[in-house]
Amino acid sequence: MRYLPHTSEDITSMLAEVGVDDLDGLFPTIPEDCRYRDELNLPEPLTEWELNDRMGALSDSMAVSPEYKMFIGAGSYEHYIPASVSNLLGRSEFVTSYTPYQPEISQGTLQAIYEYQTLTARLLGMEVANASIYDGASALAEALLMALRITRKRKVAISSLIHPFYRRVVQTYLEPSGYEIVELPYLDDGRTDLSRLAGMDDLAAVAVQSPNFFGCIENLKEIGEMAHEKSALLVASFTEPLAYGLFKNPGSQGADIVCGEGQSLGIPQSFGGPVLGMFASNMKYVRSMPGRLVGKTTDLDGKRGFVLTLATREQHIRREKATSNICTNNSLCALAAAMYMASIGGTGMRELAKLNYDKSEYLKSELKKAGFKISFESPTFNEFVVEFSAGFEKTYERLLEKKIVAGLPLAPYYPELSSHYLLCVTETRTREDIDALVREVKS
Amino acid sequence: MKESLGTSGLILNEPLLWEKGKKGRRGFSLPRRDVEFSPLNEELAGEGPDFPDLSEVDVVRHYTRLSTWNFGVDTGMYPLGSCTMKYNPKTNERQAGLQGFAGAHPLLPAGLSQGTLKLMFELEQYLSEITGMDAVTLQPAAGAHGEFTGMLVIYAYHKSKGQRRSKIIVPDTAHGTNPASAMLCGYQSVPVKSNEQGILSPEAVADVMDEDTAGIMVTNPNTLGLFEENIKKIAEIVHAKGGLVYCDGANMNAVMGIVHMGEIGIDVLHLNLHKTFSTPHGGGGPGSGPVCVKKHLEPFLPVPRVVEENGKYLLSEDFPQSVGKLQAFYGNFGVMIKAYSYILSMGPGGLKKASQLAVLNANYIKEKLKGVFHLPYDRPCMHECVFSDEFQNADKVTTLDMVKRLMDYGYHPPTIYFPLVVHGSIMIEPTETESKEDIDLFIEALKAIADEAKKNPALLHNAPSRCKVRRLDETTAARKPCLAG
Amino acid sequence: MKEISQLILPDDVRYAEDHEWARPEGETVRVGIDDYAQDQLGDVVFVELPQVGDTFAKDEEFGTVESVKAVSELYMPIGGEILAVNTALEESPELVNSDPYDGGWMIEIIPNNPDDWDALMTRDAYIEALKGGK
Repeated sequence: MRYLPHTSEDITSMLAEVGVDDLDGLFPTIPEDCRYRDELNLPEPLTEWELNDRMGALSDSMAVSPEYKMFIGAGSYEHYIPASVSNLLGRSEFVTSYTPYQPEISQGTLQAIYEYQTLTARLLGMEVANASIYDGASALAEALLMALRITRKRKVAISSLIHPFYRRVVQTYLEPSGYEIVELPYLDDGRTDLSRLAGMDDLAAVAVQSPNFFGCIENLKEIGEMAHEKSALLVASFTEPLAYGLFKNPGSQGADIVCGEGQSLGIPQSFGGPVLGMFASNMKYVRSMPGRLVGKTTDLDGKRGFVLTLATREQHIRREKATSNICTNNSLCALAAAMYMASIGGTGMRELAKLNYDKSEYLKSELKKAGFKISFESPTFNEFVVEFSAGFEKTYERLLEKKIVAGLPLAPYYPELSSHYLLCVTETRTREDIDALVREVKS
Repeated sequence: MKESLGTSGLILNEPLLWEKGKKGRRGFSLPRRDVEFSPLNEELAGEGPDFPDLSEVDVVRHYTRLSTWNFGVDTGMYPLGSCTMKYNPKTNERQAGLQGFAGAHPLLPAGLSQGTLKLMFELEQYLSEITGMDAVTLQPAAGAHGEFTGMLVIYAYHKSKGQRRSKIIVPDTAHGTNPASAMLCGYQSVPVKSNEQGILSPEAVADVMDEDTAGIMVTNPNTLGLFEENIKKIAEIVHAKGGLVYCDGANMNAVMGIVHMGEIGIDVLHLNLHKTFSTPHGGGGPGSGPVCVKKHLEPFLPVPRVVEENGKYLLSEDFPQSVGKLQAFYGNFGVMIKAYSYILSMGPGGLKKASQLAVLNANYIKEKLKGVFHLPYDRPCMHECVFSDEFQNADKVTTLDMVKRLMDYGYHPPTIYFPLVVHGSIMIEPTETESKEDIDLFIEALKAIADEAKKNPALLHNAPSRCKVRRLDETTAARKPCLAG
Repeated sequence: MKEISQLILPDDVRYAEDHEWARPEGETVRVGIDDYAQDQLGDVVFVELPQVGDTFAKDEEFGTVESVKAVSELYMPIGGEILAVNTALEESPELVNSDPYDGGWMIEIIPNNPDDWDALMTRDAYIEALKGGK
């Protein structure tokens, strides 16, 4: 087997050094009643070529671009990834290296993550970003736990327009500690209804997503002011960071913690994982932040270098008092995002965001012209909700057969929105694709 | 000794991204604009982020140079105890890059996602078989996430019995993620000491086990590289008071096809695909931490679960007692592909062989180095062995000095100062993918360093000298953190 | 790490078991950590201190002191109300290493139980305790 270099001579000679007769003799400390009696019941090993065939067949059975035209986002977005990024990300010094606990031999990873932290902080308008959490949902859960720790309160208010799966993850994380989660409903304009906040006390945080699940931009400034009035923190979440290439970033609107999904930044969709939990806050809260942090410093010769720092927050030192239990994070995905942000640049980011917005607005206006109702009037980025007629499921199925995915049906998540669909248009859809969709739904 | 593996060579300096670039440069091919500009609400419009503008050449040179400052498994040996830094097969990368996987949206109807669902279903079965447990979730993103999931399952189990226990027993050799994960569920950690043989005694566990204790978190094999021989008795003691046994399976690489985890009293365990199952570490992640449970805990596993109906695979949420969701979607699918490919490439015999050879390599190193470094537990080890710096302390040389010098010889340091029960500990896990010649060279290097410790300790105090940077000022980095540029 | 004979242990303070020192200053008592503690910790990077006005009992945790790789809890050598904290430690935590008994002081307490003082060790008793511990 090509990953097992030992020859029988090697094994014999090593066994002799150890003083044992055979490989079984290496396990004297395992009691008989703890052992497997038979061989593992697994498929016999495949050659590399058989594996290629098998995996190829599984892959071919999937509905993906370019064959299928996707108009669906909802937390996972199709964006172009430059060949340069994929190529650089394949460098084995990045891929096969370990967590940079030994900084002298890991300056590549450390400088790259320091750069990722910086670009993330700039994108989100905050002072400090960590080296990643697992995904946008777990990042939101960690953000709320951080706010609960800082304020020492026990209640959080979260918008019902945060991604439904994110809210469920928050529930899972907060439930055992008995923290109270209050959900804020939404208004006819597609944004969060803040009226319930007025009567609330003892809030640790108010969390909203912008653009929200309906694609609408929330009024973070107003929400932040209301939260701060109640001595609560504003936690701003997101699923599509490209929006900040165009819209005001959460930091500029008063957010205390910003957390969300970075998959749009050069990371393949990959059936939902691995993706990228982006997490940022301000220096006054840095010692309460979860996750790894890379800091700049100097070496014995005065040369610039980078190290993991403020490690006393983390599990390997603080143990049960740590700011999080996180150890392995999504570092390589953070690296991909940094490479993407470096490649697209400030100017390019703005243009790409504008293109996403304009293509999405084009679909919106064509659907309006075709007589369909755009459900919410608030400005959106690259996703919006449209109301089709009852019985649209048949059209949806027909479109799937034509290899067009006409958005995400909202009924399972918002039962009151039974004929509504969440459509997404990114830079990967052409005008022809969009026109074809409109033609098909009209007929 | 032949020429040292570690040498010096010309590597290039490279500034920070924002120290390069020029406004207007482009490293990205912007897609063609085929729609008109739409008006944008000026109130909402922002400035866009302050990113540098770089050309493709700028970006490629930048990251290529940075990569040369790194050390990976592909560069050389990483004897990190409890990390299982084995070789990362390249065919796994190829499979993960297939468009059908990389381009898959997680929210399409199941009929359009049969490939990914089938892979997940089969992987669950393979892991179930390898551990001897009954049901699996692939959702947790890493080991610590798996531990949290396991704690949630234990919490849910007790809740279903109308109980709210407040404690978890955690051995002194436990990884820091163990008590941290327990705390997330509101559990207080109750410490229990390992005995002089480096393993847990049933009596010590019995002393602290009561009806307010939800269970025990063991690591087996443990972090000293030893098999917890009393595991069955310990499990009985915990079960007798209604508790559950959680096993941190980070060290599974020592026992594939050898130990039947399901038969030794374990109720729930997590695996690290990025350790035992060869998926790459990526400089810190992503990993994947599947959780395997016995039948009685299956109802509590996170949702959605992959189920099979008449040959078709679906995602089902029909598990009312589930603990809920740990990630937005289904887990790190891109990592699962690699573990799946690895299991199919190794086969049952290959996996067992891997464990046997991992244990052989570790015992070989232990025998060869035991006179050179202090060996606190002189007994057969599993896939890793633990030394200490006691012999070298007399010359005022510490574990830290020695491993910093090891870098100059061309090796990544082993795990140091963990587990906490051994003062100055050096934990070496070679894995099965290191050949005998490479291990012999590694042993030579360590012997040379032990020699240098006696004859020229200054060399070690100032090490490393051949890396891109020398020792770094971690004190100032912590006193005056500079975390963004 | 220093030998016991190398430690600086003044006799105008008393010592607690976990290496805090306490010095009476008229009506109040000043507290910090001693030379043994700072030597064991290594370079101090951060000190977490309580708020003025907080009250703690003897042996209750009042804060933490961090080095790069370790965290230690700080315990009240005597019970009382916090009158003042050494804000200089925010900018210069290294004072705990360089000047543990003076510039590196941590809190000033208004004691609420006179008996607490008697339980503390004199310099000689503390040295004996250190030797016993080793």
